[in-house]
Amino acid sequence: MQDLRITPALLYLDGVSVAFDGFKAINNLSLTLDPGEMRAIIGPNGAGKTTMMDIITGKTRPDEGRVIFQGAHDLTTLDEADIATLGIGRKFQKPTVFESHTVEDNVLLALKGARGVVANLFHTLSGAERDRLDEILALVKLIERRYELAAHLSHGQKQWLEIGMLLAQDPALLLVDEPVAGMTDAETAETAELLRRINATHSVIVVEHDMAFVRDLGVKVTVLHEGSVLAEGSLDQVSANERVVEVYLGR
Amino acid sequence: MDRLTRLIAALALFLGFAGLARAAGLEEALARFAVDSYGETEAAIAEVAATGEPRAAEIIKALAEGRLLAAPDRRVLIRDTHGIIDAVSGRAVSAPPDGLKPVRVNNRVRRAIDSALGGLTLLSQDPAKRLEAAQATFKSRNAAALPALETALRRETEARVKRALAEARAAIVFLAEDQPEADRLAAAAVIAERGDAEAQALLRSLPPQAPQRLREAAERSIAAIENRLALLAQVQNVFYGVSLGSVLLLAAIGLAITFGVMGIINMAHGEMVMLGAYTTFVVQEIIRARAPGLFDASLVVALPLAFLVAGAVGVLIERSVIRFLYGRPLETLLATWGVSLILQQAVRSIFGANNREVGNPSFMSGSFELFGIALTWNRLWIVAFSLSVFVVLLVVMKFTAFGLRMRAVVQNRRMAASMGIRTPWIDALTFGLGSGIAGIAGVALSQIDNVSPNLGQSYIIDSFLVVVFGGVGNLWGTLVGAMTLGIANKILEPFAGAVLGKILLLVFIILFIQKRPRGLFALKGRAVEA
Amino acid sequence: MSRRPSILTLLGDRGGAVFVGVLLAAAVVVPVLNLAVPPSSPFHVPTHTVVLVGKWLTYALLAVALDLVWGYCGILSLGHGAFFALGGYAMGMYLMRQIGPRGVYAHPVLPDFMVFLNWRELPVAWWGFQHFPYAMLMALAVPGLLAFCLGWFAFRSRVTGVYLSIITQAMTYALMLGFFRNNFGFGGNNGLTDFKDILGFSIQAPGTRAALFAVSALALASGFLIARAIVTSKLGKVLVAIRDAESRTRFLGYKVEHYKLFVFVVSAMMAGLAGALYVPQVGIINPSEFAPANSIEAVIWVAVGGRGTLTGAALGAILVNAAKSWFTGVLPELWLFALGALFVLTTLFLPKGLVGTLLGFWPRRWARSHKPGLSASVAQPAE
Repeated sequence: MQDLRITPALLYLDGVSVAFDGFKAINNLSLTLDPGEMRAIIGPNGAGKTTMMDIITGKTRPDEGRVIFQGAHDLTTLDEADIATLGIGRKFQKPTVFESHTVEDNVLLALKGARGVVANLFHTLSGAERDRLDEILALVKLIERRYELAAHLSHGQKQWLEIGMLLAQDPALLLVDEPVAGMTDAETAETAELLRRINATHSVIVVEHDMAFVRDLGVKVTVLHEGSVLAEGSLDQVSANERVVEVYLGR
Repeated sequence: MDRLTRLIAALALFLGFAGLARAAGLEEALARFAVDSYGETEAAIAEVAATGEPRAAEIIKALAEGRLLAAPDRRVLIRDTHGIIDAVSGRAVSAPPDGLKPVRVNNRVRRAIDSALGGLTLLSQDPAKRLEAAQATFKSRNAAALPALETALRRETEARVKRALAEARAAIVFLAEDQPEADRLAAAAVIAERGDAEAQALLRSLPPQAPQRLREAAERSIAAIENRLALLAQVQNVFYGVSLGSVLLLAAIGLAITFGVMGIINMAHGEMVMLGAYTTFVVQEIIRARAPGLFDASLVVALPLAFLVAGAVGVLIERSVIRFLYGRPLETLLATWGVSLILQQAVRSIFGANNREVGNPSFMSGSFELFGIALTWNRLWIVAFSLSVFVVLLVVMKFTAFGLRMRAVVQNRRMAASMGIRTPWIDALTFGLGSGIAGIAGVALSQIDNVSPNLGQSYIIDSFLVVVFGGVGNLWGTLVGAMTLGIANKILEPFAGAVLGKILLLVFIILFIQKRPRGLFALKGRAVEA
Repeated sequence: MSRRPSILTLLGDRGGAVFVGVLLAAAVVVPVLNLAVPPSSPFHVPTHTVVLVGKWLTYALLAVALDLVWGYCGILSLGHGAFFALGGYAMGMYLMRQIGPRGVYAHPVLPDFMVFLNWRELPVAWWGFQHFPYAMLMALAVPGLLAFCLGWFAFRSRVTGVYLSIITQAMTYALMLGFFRNNFGFGGNNGLTDFKDILGFSIQAPGTRAALFAVSALALASGFLIARAIVTSKLGKVLVAIRDAESRTRFLGYKVEHYKLFVFVVSAMMAGLAGALYVPQVGIINPSEFAPANSIEAVIWVAVGGRGTLTGAALGAILVNAAKSWFTGVLPELWLFALGALFVLTTLFLPKGLVGTLLGFWPRRWARSHKPGLSASVAQPAE
């Protein structure tokens, strides 16, 4: 199988373009992510960050280009569920948890395992699954509230619950969209710490506006502008890039 | 012999010898009616026609209608609406003799009557009558009329009538075995040019013993006419389709605003149409009772009233029910269904469950023919009307302050509110506008459909399909959607039958919505997902 | 904390247990009170009441089926009346074949309406319907198959919300037009009626009617338990997840269309069964059962009782129909006003329905005493 791989990269975007009603949201975008890497994506509003996430997770189908995962799967031919099953998890900008489920059930639904109809009709919780649930709920500090409806959680707790669900999914690659939007400074720092811990075992792409947070993460940064890559490198390097400054301040 | 007399009689008439006969001649001729023999009657018809008297036509008409009476003393009288009159003088007879018997007719006599009347009117002063006579002769193919036709043809100045005369003449010559083959061929060409079902029937009636060349020409023409008729049938289907499409457009256009623009699922939309139709009914009842002369204006009066009634009910529904359900489309669907039940039952309680009679004003009754296609005035008016409603609505949306505000609220409610637009009012008025237009549609639909409490129910599913098919939030889509569905429906009908055609169309739309859930003119992009 | 779906956990919810208990008791007691107790006794249940309530029970089963897709998976079907009617037609066809030579035209095989239409042979669609098991299989399979075809197209192309509702409504409308046609082969306008007997028992006999009542009660109880098993399983949690955040569920790796298709087909078959039990009790099935209004009326039963609560759906059906019987007897003019008002008032003031609102008074207590599993059975959509 290894021989069939066309790239050693975990995620490889090649010449991806998509247009909505003539507006090019993503324009010939190419990007490479190595296994185990954490990458921060920044860029002004409308740079195409969310659309890029949509393309990787199968929500939007690109007009052109390839998105190769683990060197073997072309994600542009798969739907959201297939892509998730391959091992790509996504956290949305606005926390989306299942509000009328308990906290525990939210994690249970995300827990790695069979996704088929029949398997879930006759599913019973195994000891291993129970242990994993406890472990994750402890990690995201929601073990006390496990039987409460997710609707009753605070905004920050919902963010954490969603991260817990991502962990339960145990994906090879995590896409995290603005994880600290609306968080306090303390929560922001804690989240950065959590992401670094997650990165020990997973590859991560973080889309974020908060520069302090990106600095906290201390990882390679890709700057998007008008649907393509404007600059790439450490935060200091890209901050020094004239065109990046122009895009962010000049306009 | 008989033929000859009639021929002479007709000739005498058309060559202007009528003066010879005069009243005395008329009396003599009339006397033959009293003999009570079909042969005599037939001869009498010819003679009466030959007199050329102004009363001749009336006498023969009376004969045709069984009002010509013979007295035992051989006087001939006519029964008209006022009483008995003298056939010759036209004066009333105060003491009609006993033993009056209507002059009997048989089929042969009837044919003689027709051709005589045809001959009498072929030279009438009134071009419409001449045309009618020419057409009648085309149908009767009465060879006796040939000389009269020739005369008339020579004198005729109006092209329309002249053509009809030529066709009538051709019809006779084409079938006449004693005519030269060249003339019959020329006649066949004239008939072929007419190109309708009657011409085809005429060509088909050529007996098999007719000359080879003539038969071949006839067959070629029959085939040509067949193609032409098939094409015409398609054109006619398209017209019926446009007509149905404009009905759908009328019913759906209000929905294009409430559902398409505002996103409200208004299941009571059909009831707004119904309210419009009942408004028309009430207006007509009042006009009938108070000012029957104004009946033709009833629709004009009903239009604004229907708009106001349905619009007001719409605003009431929006303010009392729908505004609490924004963002919950499925609940809106259920609540408005409830409203529709209430409205139906209310109308049923007030007006009764039966169909109500809504009359057509004179300008909407009747039909006319265009290139062999029968068009009814009310259909044509509805096509024109629905298109004008569409245009007016477009203008309101694009060029008025209200339209601008409405679009602003739809696109970004919060921004619009912060710019000082009173969004609740715009919501209510927009919904009122959509409902009012449904009411106007009701005025038009009352002209072609039964006005009953269930009127709206029959349109609601179709209307939704039109809006969904055309693309939500796009008025042009609604127009194209309505016309496409209307035409497709009418083109499918001849093959599949009305009901099966409708089912096929429903299945097609179901499949279509699954292929393009946002309709023909869909908006694309991220905004749609939100 | 066991998640094993034993009968005990299925009945874990007290309301559900009481509901099933009442049904089982009624299945025994009502026939006894009808047949064994003399009419003079105050405890006697007259046959017309048995038939009336038996009919409501089949409606309740339809409501449970509808609640399964609407209350738990967010699919508002406005075409469930079609599945109900198809099940009814399957039963009706069996009953027609049972008439045999006792029809007006005394044809050994062909039902009267076919003889009347000068048909010579039995249409293929009618083959095999003289066998009860086959007819019952069809009562489940035909609605299931229709739901499968429609759902396969619709869910795969992600037709959701109101669009799906309109499609399902168009479906039942198209079927109604079709069944109204004589050459469709199912009796046209008049439908199927004049039934004589079922499984050899006269359909008019009080014993048969009482038995049909008992079977309806048992069917409702089993339908309820099946639905309950579904919604309390992990699959049920996925359904609620789809209802509340469909896109999120996809990103967790669930093939949403498969789940929707599964529950839609199960629900359609349940509706078909309800229809099959309905027809012998009312003695007729005709195309008006496909009328879109019927399907929407079923939706309001669920809404009144409380969508997302299976007991609520069933009780809603019984309550609304009891009210309908009362109104049409006493104030027939007012029934549609009342029904219309019910639609409006329920959506405006009782969005959770009667049972949902009652449960809402003790949400904390319920959540604590019943912990897992319950969230799915009383969950309400987040609005």
